[in-house]
Amino acid sequence: MKAKIFIKYKDGILDPQGKVTGNALNSIGVKGIDSLSIGKYIEMEFDDITRDEADKIANDSCKKLLVNPNTQTYSYEIIND
Amino acid sequence: MTKCAVLVFPGSNCDNDAYFVLKNIFKIEVSFVWHKDSNLDSYHMILIPGGFSYGDYLRTGAIAKFSPIMKEVVSKSKKGIPVIGICNGFQILLECGLLPGALINNKNIKFLSQNVKLEVQDNLSMFTNKLNEGDTLEMPIAHKQGNYIADIDTIKMLKDNNRIAFKYLNNPNGSQLDIAGITNEEGNVLGMMPHPERACDKILGSDDGKLIFQSIIDSRF
Repeated sequence: MKAKIFIKYKDGILDPQGKVTGNALNSIGVKGIDSLSIGKYIEMEFDDITRDEADKIANDSCKKLLVNPNTQTYSYEIIND
Repeated sequence: MTKCAVLVFPGSNCDNDAYFVLKNIFKIEVSFVWHKDSNLDSYHMILIPGGFSYGDYLRTGAIAKFSPIMKEVVSKSKKGIPVIGICNGFQILLECGLLPGALINNKNIKFLSQNVKLEVQDNLSMFTNKLNEGDTLEMPIAHKQGNYIADIDTIKMLKDNNRIAFKYLNNPNGSQLDIAGITNEEGNVLGMMPHPERACDKILGSDDGKLIFQSIIDSRF
């Protein structure tokens, strides 16, 4: 079982990296992007635990360390692999 | 005799500067305290220096907050011991929740290493009592994540309670309200991005930082 965790900046938080990358794509002719933001992707693998346990571990990890609630939001999904 | 702990994390790089200044300019007793230690009983003040603790992995200060010594820093701060966090030290204090808000990338994404001018906002705290409101101090900054942000209520609360210690005169990094340093509610914890320890001798261009350390030392001991 695996957790796929996605962390992104809250709306309104400056994301210069995302902005510059969006501009770069625009400058090489990739059109149609309204906005681009760059976040983090974290993958966790679990051994022999239930889906509920995996869910709790992923959520606790985000709350205790992985995410700064002042600046970031997160979502995750638990998948069987 | 006043005794100061200078904390050392893997990746701290302003610890020696702070140690040198406190020992040789202020003539107080100073010890390096490794982040894995967990006892600060014999110290009268705590300095969390600048650097790149844990390589800034995940977020600046995010891993350092779980070092054993930080539990003790939080505990001592609740007992009124002065704690000053400079640069990465400020970032660690924010991650620990001893100070509110966060520091994000400078608005131009660049690492800024330059002298800045600060305006003293409040001279009532133990960190600023040798200064006058409106005084201008010059000292260096050296950071990439120094852009202070907080929600509107927090900013208002900091302002209304005179907890903004220093503001930039020419905001270099995009910080809200030009904030360069803030204190906690009790007034014994200061976090600031500029480096007073690098401005304690005229030979380095400015000794304005001395007034901050002198304020702490004189107000407490």
